[in-house]
Amino acid sequence: MPLADLTQHGAHVMTVCNACRYCEQYCPVFPAMEERRTFGKADLAFLANLCHNCGECLYACQYAPPHEFGINVPNTLAQIRLQVYQDYAWPRVLGVAFTRHNLLTGLALAATFSAIFAVAAQNLSPTDRSGNFYAVVPHGVMVTLFGLIFLFAVVAMAVGVVRFVSHTGGLTRGLTRGQTPPQIETSGRTAAPFRDILTLRHLHASGADCVSGEEQRTPWRRWLHHCTFYGFLLCFASTTVAAIYDNVFGWRAPYDYASLPVVLGTSGGVGLLAGSLGLWILRRRRDPALTDQTQDGLDESFLALLFLTTLTGLALLVLRHEPVMPWLLVVHLGTVLALFVTLPYGKFMHGLYRAAALFIAR
Amino acid sequence: MIESEALEYDVVVVGGGNAALCAALTAGETLRQAHGRPAGRVIVLERAPREFRGGNSRHTRNLRCAHDAPTAVLTGSYSEDEFYADLLRVNANETDESLARLLICRSKTCTEWMSRCGVRFQSALRGTLHLSRTNAFFLGGGKALMNSYYAAAERMGIDVLYDAEVVSIDVRDGVFRSVRLQPDDRRGVRDHWELRGKALILASGGFESNLAWLKDAWGDAADNFIVRGTPYNTGTPLRAMLDAGAQPIGDPRGCHAIAVDARAPKFDGGIVTRLDCIPLGIVVNRHGERFADEGEDLWPKRYASWGMLVARQPGQLAYCLVDAKVADLFMPSVFPPIVADTIPELAQRLGMPAGRVSETVARFNDAVGPGTFNLDTLDDCRTHGLTPEKSHWAQRLDTPPYWGYPLKPGITFTYLGLRVDETMRVMTTGGRPMDNVYAAGEIMAGNVLRRGYIAGIGMTIGTVFGRIAGESAARAAR
Repeated sequence: MPLADLTQHGAHVMTVCNACRYCEQYCPVFPAMEERRTFGKADLAFLANLCHNCGECLYACQYAPPHEFGINVPNTLAQIRLQVYQDYAWPRVLGVAFTRHNLLTGLALAATFSAIFAVAAQNLSPTDRSGNFYAVVPHGVMVTLFGLIFLFAVVAMAVGVVRFVSHTGGLTRGLTRGQTPPQIETSGRTAAPFRDILTLRHLHASGADCVSGEEQRTPWRRWLHHCTFYGFLLCFASTTVAAIYDNVFGWRAPYDYASLPVVLGTSGGVGLLAGSLGLWILRRRRDPALTDQTQDGLDESFLALLFLTTLTGLALLVLRHEPVMPWLLVVHLGTVLALFVTLPYGKFMHGLYRAAALFIAR
Repeated sequence: MIESEALEYDVVVVGGGNAALCAALTAGETLRQAHGRPAGRVIVLERAPREFRGGNSRHTRNLRCAHDAPTAVLTGSYSEDEFYADLLRVNANETDESLARLLICRSKTCTEWMSRCGVRFQSALRGTLHLSRTNAFFLGGGKALMNSYYAAAERMGIDVLYDAEVVSIDVRDGVFRSVRLQPDDRRGVRDHWELRGKALILASGGFESNLAWLKDAWGDAADNFIVRGTPYNTGTPLRAMLDAGAQPIGDPRGCHAIAVDARAPKFDGGIVTRLDCIPLGIVVNRHGERFADEGEDLWPKRYASWGMLVARQPGQLAYCLVDAKVADLFMPSVFPPIVADTIPELAQRLGMPAGRVSETVARFNDAVGPGTFNLDTLDDCRTHGLTPEKSHWAQRLDTPPYWGYPLKPGITFTYLGLRVDETMRVMTTGGRPMDNVYAAGEIMAGNVLRRGYIAGIGMTIGTVFGRIAGESAARAAR
């Protein structure tokens, strides 16, 4: 849908919803909507990212298609989110990646980076089986390359989120509060967003789990998100600890099976494998009416890169003393690099914008 | 799935809304528990396609319940006597007392039974409308409620047929034998087909979507009515039963109607077309004259009288005018207001004589006395020496921009129905109950509702009487 039409359609949907309000206790989108009377682009950007796509409001809607009003809140807000990701991308020109990015581009990127590593690698058939990664790709190259790319990704993501917050966050001040908006319960207003993020409360905000189809409520989507989220954090912690070992104490990889980086990385890896694979299966079983199918590629690329990064990482751990190690290493590094490069221009951003929206809604 | 031309069920339920599903679920429970028969001997005939199932219940959001103490879904207490007094007040003291008392007494057990069927409610202390003491609100509204009921019916093994239009009912000497259904090419049924049953429950709604029937009752005025709910309530089963000797109850003009935005679609506009601004401004007809007290009572108690007030105006049209002072104090509606900086300009845009409207507003403004505006109570802002007066929340219209909304009568459901006894058996014109024919919901709401309406009682009627009809029919089918 062209941008002007999408904004107009979003405003139409929210105007119908605001006159109905039957869904007001499902999630924080509707209470936030009730504080408004008109819905501009920034309002819609904020509301869209507050939506966790739990799906309840589509099946509850008396105006859902084929009704002439054609109200499908989860789908409309999903489309607006895609627009938001593009609008707030930095540099702006790369926002286009959100509409071009798919499984194929993700894998191609991983393959290209892997090939580059393979070409640049010093020795793909080492004679010793010490498991020394740096004999394949030098330490300095790894640190510099990943350091720079990671820094870039962090800056790009931070700029996007800061711009999103400054554009939409100011909106919540000075809103008309003619009626007392029915707040989703909050205990301690500062802690609430943290708790909501860490528990994914809005995937079960109404006391039951979110739906995958009419009257089909399952906890899987929440659990698999938890696996992915905490798996990611554990892997991140593993990398951080390893970096400290390396740079502060001068302890070089490979580390022991019982060492902190390996324990953190392995448990995180199991979570990521289960999470990414599970979410892949789950999204194919979900009622397609709930989602914006033009974004399937974004989901698939992110999930595939997460899964492959983890799989190659774990394989590397197990097979680090085998001759296949150098090949695994270049594929792993290539995949990780592809994941890092695509973080600011892929599905990863949904978590950041959603978290930001929860803080704004506070 | 339905192939045979002469199937026989224990209980045939005509209709697919709240009353129908409450009846079918209770009939299923009763058959299974009391008689050891499978609940699969119950069939629901829903005329609408699956996407529009649930009749007017799709558009509802709460039901009114008596209760002695606060519950998870209701605050305070609401005694049976208070409920009865509220009902009598809006019906000018006309009702069937024993049925009304039965309704109110049984309303106490509704939410618990509904929860067992998988229905979820909003928590009591939050929500847009201030009705949490008297009304339990469905989480997500009436369509979510119906989804829960249909899922429960499926779990129980009850057959549900969509696009199933009943064209005639075989009832002779008070004994039901079968219903005839419209041919349906999609099911490969090219002819009218027959479905036999041991007991029949009619829960097929009123006749509010039947424009010809409305015209019989209202004359040409009916052309200007908006039907707030389902287009499928054409009253075919009601007419068939009246023709078969069932005793009617209620006035053909009796109905629940509210004032809706005149720009609403003819059918199925639901809740979003209603306008809550009436107590905050003034309402004039197309000649620019006021015709009723806009501030008579708190809005939840008063909203249901405005449909008939507007229906009696020329062209069944009226206009609500408010000013910028109150623009944020009412629920937004789906259609934008018509806006102007002066009253004459607004009148012109709305198609009314500017001079008359200005005069009406000036007279009204002069009559407004001092007071402390408070929308939560019956405040002391009122007019003095004006006819009709505005007895509360009267404030001058003096702060531009001015907003106008066009109003038409929006009919929710009709009250003309079938007289029933306390087991929901349909009565004959001879005054005796039919053997195996029961009714619940809108089609018999006229037993209790004669003139007015109180919020949420339609769903109470469907739930309580649906359950009684379901149990009675299952016993009769034994």
